[in-house]
Amino acid sequence: MKIMKMTKLIYPLMLAFVFALVATGCAHKPGQLTRLRGPTPLAPPEPPPGNTLPGGDNGIPAASQESFEGMIADRAALAANAIHFSYDSAAVKKSEHANLEAVAQALSADRNLKLLIEGNCDERGTEEYNRSLGERRAGAAREALAKMGIDPMRIKTKSFGKDKPVGPGHDEASRAQNRRDDFVLLHPQAGMGGS
Amino acid sequence: MKKNISKSIKFFLLTLIAAAITDLAKSQEQNPLNMNEHIRALGMTPPVPVSLEGFSGEVVEVLKFDLYVQGFSFVAPADAQYQISGNNSGNVTGSVSDKFAKKIILSRSYTGGSLRTEAHAFANEIVQAITGKPGISQLRGSTAKIAFKAQASGSGNGEIYVSDFDGHNAQAVTTDNSIVAAPSWVPGRLALCYNSYSFHDDPDIFYHDLTTGQRKLIARYGGSNISPSVSPDGAKFAFISSIGGRPNIYVANIDGTGLRQLTTGVEDSSPCWSPDGQWICFATKISERRCLAKVSASGGEVQRISTAGVLNPTEPDWSPDGKWIAFTSQMGDFNICVVPADGSATPIVLIAGEDPSWAPNSRTLIFAKRAGSYRYTLSVLDVFTKQVKDVGRISGSDSEPAWAK
Repeated sequence: MKIMKMTKLIYPLMLAFVFALVATGCAHKPGQLTRLRGPTPLAPPEPPPGNTLPGGDNGIPAASQESFEGMIADRAALAANAIHFSYDSAAVKKSEHANLEAVAQALSADRNLKLLIEGNCDERGTEEYNRSLGERRAGAAREALAKMGIDPMRIKTKSFGKDKPVGPGHDEASRAQNRRDDFVLLHPQAGMGGS
Repeated sequence: MKKNISKSIKFFLLTLIAAAITDLAKSQEQNPLNMNEHIRALGMTPPVPVSLEGFSGEVVEVLKFDLYVQGFSFVAPADAQYQISGNNSGNVTGSVSDKFAKKIILSRSYTGGSLRTEAHAFANEIVQAITGKPGISQLRGSTAKIAFKAQASGSGNGEIYVSDFDGHNAQAVTTDNSIVAAPSWVPGRLALCYNSYSFHDDPDIFYHDLTTGQRKLIARYGGSNISPSVSPDGAKFAFISSIGGRPNIYVANIDGTGLRQLTTGVEDSSPCWSPDGQWICFATKISERRCLAKVSASGGEVQRISTAGVLNPTEPDWSPDGKWIAFTSQMGDFNICVVPADGSATPIVLIAGEDPSWAPNSRTLIFAKRAGSYRYTLSVLDVFTKQVKDVGRISGSDSEPAWAK
């Protein structure tokens, strides 16, 4: 009985001794520099399952509506720079880059200016599908402008779906006109807008 | 005599057929997995023949509309399974006799309403008496309502309207003169959520109590806030917002608090709720394919709902009994489709149209039909018999109907 108790005590003691040896003596020679790794960088939070975003990002968060309140809309300034999209697509076409450059330039010229992008769709597609599609079109231009160095917090997006067609017809010419982003320059109230 | 015998034989045969159909229905109830056979009943079920005698004018019009869109057809009294008769001199009075059972199954007089409301009330009781299930003509004692978007032709601006489900007694409930869209009823209440651009021309979501006229902004985030759908218990709403950068599914409490992002899909649109409030069904794109999907209302994995055989499904609406999801497919043209909610059978393509909304009976739908460039009108469809009736036009374009629950 006594021996049993002894061994029960001895084993943990022996284990502790071995660990102590390993920890203090054997692993490193004295004076050797141990390079500690920095904290493991934490992975960004996993998006909800079912995420199919290319590149895994979720776009650039929207700027608050309040940050645009009181600004004065100038629809004429960038009216010529509206960009157009392929059928059922929110991808910004290469052919539209010159227009985006012009919009970026206007914004770069004055840091007080902001921008509203309105996404529109043609008559094909159901109403609420198109309302989402219009928002994707506006968001795509916002992301493209951000890549050109424009602070996306200066840019507000909205979708009109297919509620604001400029071409009323059923033909492809009308439809092509309606698949567009309009750019509206926003002036601060105290600036150029008044008198 | 001879005529009577042949008539008796005819009835005997009809009775046999009716019995066979009942048996089939029963066997399907006992075997809920066999949705393949069940879904074939959609668009293929013969209507129940009834006769209508003694009524006139508006009352005939109402009775015919209401019964037709719930799967009844009108025949001569001799060929009818149920004979409906009565009169509307002053008020609506009527009865229904079952020719097989050889007895009167309903006898009613109405007072205190217009001829239309009395006729709707009678239609409601006829359906209850014949099918044993509640009719759709009335909801909580009043003529059943729909809400929809009404837009002037050639203008994006419009108002949200509420009317009887047959389009009568239409009334604008907004005076926004802006883009309005996607009305969704708060179940059990005379209240709506909808999208209006009335505040700074931005797409925001409003809660509107129709009894007091009070309304409240419940979603005004950066970007677009669109396509609201109120939960079955009325406590929450699902919607599309681009606050996170791209249009995705969000839920929030009905007062606008407690915002939560549920999805990060690339092409999310048009959410709706399962009747038990557990799921939100929506249109999206997974692995480069357009599909319907569902996500738990408290967040989690996005699951595809099979709609094999049709393309570009959008605008889902889950039936109140939980069995079906109606939606719009786009394959060149737009069609109203119905698929079992568990995805156990392929969808049935029913009729040209868009944006279906179920009536409480889980068999009648109201939907929008293209009537020219950027214009819609509303129609009501019985999915089992495929019988359809147009709703009277209110404005240049009437669309996005929602049946009050």
